[in-house]
Amino acid sequence: MMTEPIITVEKLSRTFQKGKVKAVKNISFSINKNEIFGLIGPDGAGKTSIFRILTTLLLPDTGFAHIAGYDMVKEYKKIRQIIGYMPGKFSLYQDLTVEENLHFFASIYGTNIDENYHLIEDIYNQLSPFKDRKAGNLSGGMKQKLALSCALIHNPTIMFLDEPTTGVDPVSRKEFWVMLSKLKRKGITILVSTPYMDEASLCDRVALIQDGNILSIDQPGNITKQFPRSLYSIRSNQKGRIINYLRMFKGIYNCYVYGENIHFNFEKEDHREMLVKLKKNLQHKNLFDDTIRIVEPSIEDCFIEMLSGRKSNAIENG
Amino acid sequence: MDEFAIKAQNLTKKFGNFIAVNSISFEVKKGEIFGFLGANGAGKTTAMKMLCGLSIPTSGTAKIGELDVYTQKDKIKSRIGYMSQKFSLYDDLTVLENIMFFGGIYGLRRSLLQEKCKNLLNRLNLNRQRNHLVHSLPLGWKQKLAFSVAVIHDPTIVFLDEPTGGVDPLVRRQFWDLIYEASDRGITIFVTTHYMDEAEYCNRISIMVNGRIGALDTPHNLKVEYGVTSMNDVFYQLARGK
Repeated sequence: MMTEPIITVEKLSRTFQKGKVKAVKNISFSINKNEIFGLIGPDGAGKTSIFRILTTLLLPDTGFAHIAGYDMVKEYKKIRQIIGYMPGKFSLYQDLTVEENLHFFASIYGTNIDENYHLIEDIYNQLSPFKDRKAGNLSGGMKQKLALSCALIHNPTIMFLDEPTTGVDPVSRKEFWVMLSKLKRKGITILVSTPYMDEASLCDRVALIQDGNILSIDQPGNITKQFPRSLYSIRSNQKGRIINYLRMFKGIYNCYVYGENIHFNFEKEDHREMLVKLKKNLQHKNLFDDTIRIVEPSIEDCFIEMLSGRKSNAIENG
Repeated sequence: MDEFAIKAQNLTKKFGNFIAVNSISFEVKKGEIFGFLGANGAGKTTAMKMLCGLSIPTSGTAKIGELDVYTQKDKIKSRIGYMSQKFSLYDDLTVLENIMFFGGIYGLRRSLLQEKCKNLLNRLNLNRQRNHLVHSLPLGWKQKLAFSVAVIHDPTIVFLDEPTGGVDPLVRRQFWDLIYEASDRGITIFVTTHYMDEAEYCNRISIMVNGRIGALDTPHNLKVEYGVTSMNDVFYQLARGK
């Protein structure tokens, strides 16, 4: 596999409100050519600030970045020509029609719709019945497709997609990721952010981010492999009562609902006796009708594990 | 005592030729946590607006408790709570000011409001931030506060429109703890979400497809009915008609 970096970020920091809000804290990473790289983290983690810095719209306080070999500060004009940016907030012209928006973005990049139509064909086909409708009157899913088309129309080398699937239903989200993998096949590098942990597995590599820090960077499969504990799962229709019991049970490190299941793990890996005791007690209290299974952790499990670790560290240090 | 918190019959809303909500009928039991799911554009928001007394139906009937959505809109508004991801609190008021403002709007007596305020700040561990602008709170805290404010007047039902969008996985679970507590107090919960794991936390869910209710049952029964293991698959089959 080629691992030639196309974006390198070194010790980037950015504060707001005269230093009171630290949005990005000394982060470094690189993105390889033709990779789908995911920034995974909740609202307020710093994702949008990173996007705005890398798309040359915001200067960092410290640190620097190279985009396709260009210096982010000195050569920002060159960078702007080769990137496509889809901001988190819908930013097309609401009072222009679908077709007028596309035409506008093509012409400011010195191209036309026909030249790169092959890139947007799949996406634009779904939009063309509405081509005379004003962008402001489109549904959420359609706006998203138009924004993606406009960001693609000048055949960019790198795409920056800031939370393209936030507020989008699960079916449309799935379809959106199919579009992204097609763009990857056409050679485009994609940096995408999302608060949906399940989308991490669709990226080649991800950075989990929280409070302006990167918690972990790796292939999604490697992150889940590094989960430091055995993870157990119980299925029950008395989730509330089981959780309350587990929270009081000595030796439990973490427990939380996970869909129809409860996930939990122990402080120590040497916990066979505890597990036997726990099972017995739960049975005794008539609290579970299934078995306790060991399960593979998901990215969401890993995120919760990392957040829990940070919180207890913070208490010890603070 | 009312058995149902919501009872809708052939509820319909048309915009010109477009039928946004197409003759839906369903009931939400008192104290239930009811998940209201559907793809973008399926008609969820329009249906919810009619139930909150914000939009008059084209035809059909709906009652919130014993209140009629055509003739008792103002009474409905005083009996329900509402929060959404987009609008919930005033960013440029402090935590305390927001609580007092919403409590006042709902007509709580000053002494009662002060007591509720104290409990709420303790419960959410927000005492130290009571005089901070809401703007400065992390999203997760803001959403927990917004929910607590939405139920400060002990409404019979609270409508939650994607309350956890973008919230981190730990806080998302703490938010559901608050939902369960409110439900234990007898408040009916009507919630929309795009997180399919959260669909599992509801007592029953409905899935809207093109203006109609495509399915309505417990998460468990739906999975059995569609022969799949996750709510994601149920949703996918329904929304794409496969």
